[in-house]
Amino acid sequence: MVETPSNGTAVEVTALVKRFGEFVAVNGISFQVRRGEIFGFLGPNGAGKSTTIRILCGLLRPTSGTALVSGIDVARNPEAVRKQLGYVSQRFSLYADLTVGENLDFFGGIYGVPRRLRAERKEQALRTMGLVDQAGTMTALLPGGWKQRLALACAILHQPPVLFLDEPTSGVDPIARREFWDLIHRLSAGGQTIFISSHHMDEVERCHRLALMHAGRIIALGAPNRLKRELYTQGLLLIESSDTLESMRAIENVPGVREAAVYGAGLHVTVDETAATAQRIGEALRGRGIEVRRIESILPSMEDLFVSLIEAQERRSA
Amino acid sequence: MTFRRTWATMRKEIKHIVRDPRSLVLALAQPFLMLLLFGYALSLDVDRIPTLIYDADGTSRSRDLTQRFLASRFFEIRGHVNSYDAIEREIDRGSVLIGLVVPQDYSRRVDAGTDAQVQILLDGSDANTATIALSYVSSLIQNYSLELRSEGRGSGTRPAPPIDARLRVWYNSTMESKNQVVPGLIAVIMMIIAVLLTSLTIAREWETGAMEQLLSTPLRPAEMVLGKMMAYLLVGVMDVAIAMAVGIFVFDVPFRGNLLLLAGASLIFLFGALCWGIFLSAATRSQVMAYQLGIVTSFMPSMVLSGFVWAIDNMPEVIQWITRIVPARYMVTILKVIFLKGVGLEALWVEFLCLLAFATLVFLGAAYKLRQKLG
Repeated sequence: MVETPSNGTAVEVTALVKRFGEFVAVNGISFQVRRGEIFGFLGPNGAGKSTTIRILCGLLRPTSGTALVSGIDVARNPEAVRKQLGYVSQRFSLYADLTVGENLDFFGGIYGVPRRLRAERKEQALRTMGLVDQAGTMTALLPGGWKQRLALACAILHQPPVLFLDEPTSGVDPIARREFWDLIHRLSAGGQTIFISSHHMDEVERCHRLALMHAGRIIALGAPNRLKRELYTQGLLLIESSDTLESMRAIENVPGVREAAVYGAGLHVTVDETAATAQRIGEALRGRGIEVRRIESILPSMEDLFVSLIEAQERRSA
Repeated sequence: MTFRRTWATMRKEIKHIVRDPRSLVLALAQPFLMLLLFGYALSLDVDRIPTLIYDADGTSRSRDLTQRFLASRFFEIRGHVNSYDAIEREIDRGSVLIGLVVPQDYSRRVDAGTDAQVQILLDGSDANTATIALSYVSSLIQNYSLELRSEGRGSGTRPAPPIDARLRVWYNSTMESKNQVVPGLIAVIMMIIAVLLTSLTIAREWETGAMEQLLSTPLRPAEMVLGKMMAYLLVGVMDVAIAMAVGIFVFDVPFRGNLLLLAGASLIFLFGALCWGIFLSAATRSQVMAYQLGIVTSFMPSMVLSGFVWAIDNMPEVIQWITRIVPARYMVTILKVIFLKGVGLEALWVEFLCLLAFATLVFLGAAYKLRQKLG
């Protein structure tokens, strides 16, 4: 159902730069997205995620560099590229005064879905997104999370090989968010490439690969677990004890401890020389009469990784 | 450009219109209300001119003269006074427009066959009305003096009969200004309503964020403009029909022309006006701004520069040139001519071409404005 170039690359970006006057929103990024992949774009607001997506959708002209979607140069041929992609913008709210079905009818029309296929595609989109019972509902009355699903349904009517979703889950509750990600995986399994941006550190772990973006640059790129293993240069210890706050004070001055933060019922402690420092922490705590229930090395969360990478970056540029 | 995408846009836009019944009712009531309001307020007829009489002569001859004023439908005698001061006072207060003074020696001079004089005091502060009033007075006096002359010289050498000019006014034979005003007004109202109808549409898409989405689809700017325009054209056509009905049935304006020709002109004119609203909406990307600009650019020029009240021929040359870019000017001409003269395309093709040029230009402009991306 999907047409992509035979080499299996859905999106190819090379040395892409976008300037707005003096401000450099995208600063020379390069990456490739494979066909059928869920590719995450992670970064704080203003990192350049939306700008990149809008360039890829042909809404902005790059200052320099190239961007290919399905092998088509978006700057040279934005009209052709629009048939290859579906886009859900950050601000998109659909038409509140149309029903779910009418919104789909409209988008089916402007995406140029042939008349004979339109009813079938609409049914399919409703079914995929679990909106069958809502087809006649006025969009204004849909609960928050469902609007995102409708937006997604509208963007897949023409079965585009590549889907761009710009922060589709902002302002959506966690359960709806999880369901939304299930849908994305289903689409990906069907062969569609999904390019999704987010600033929720937890949800992007569900991407196949992701790019961490900061201040217009990609500072890390790869599969989530690989990134954590390879790029998190310090160790991370989880410590559970009889007195969490007292423990935090006790380990502050232990050599090798960089930072400690309360995390649920325990502590996350960033350390150098993981094994030796763990030993020293255990001794320090027991020396103060605190019962140590657990000290173990854990894989950092995406947030831990992201913060450490940005700090490293800033240390380097300082 | 495909019909499919244009059609989808039109259908969606019609749904927006129908789902907002308050705006729809307003859009349909507007021509009705505006036409009633302006139709009655803009009457240019001068009749029943309030007049005061100071008859210092007080003879049967002078009463014969004042009787003529009383009998005319153009004058309304508000009373008789005995001094200039009284006339002056009433004119200053604005309660009368004309004071007729018959001097003491009036009847004596008439009987003697010498030149008799009467004095007309006229409030000239409204030059237009004053000129018309003055022409009524002088024609009345002239007729009367001719009668006197022929009566006085009943026998003897008759003077050569004065030329009896009998004017016959064509097309608007009763010279009722509403027949001029109402067709022109329909054009002006169409312009205003059409521009305001569409001035919000594109700006709304920008403000809700839908525009960003639409721009990422294969929908082309020209298709979007055309789709939106066609939806609002339906409302515009209903507005024209309502305005026409009010003109013909409420104001009794005679309709002598070809309905088909009028429909054609209306469609072209509406097309241009609706596209102008879309252009403003696309250029400003703000509903408030577009609406205000819509009022300024449609209401003022159409009202003042279309020639529907003030004749373009009497304007300074520079202004006359400016009126050429006011589309309502051509529509006013077309409507007046079709309503009152009933002539066909052979007399109106220039105006049709001008409207067509305007519509094309504005359509292209609107599509171009939409094409301009964010950066």
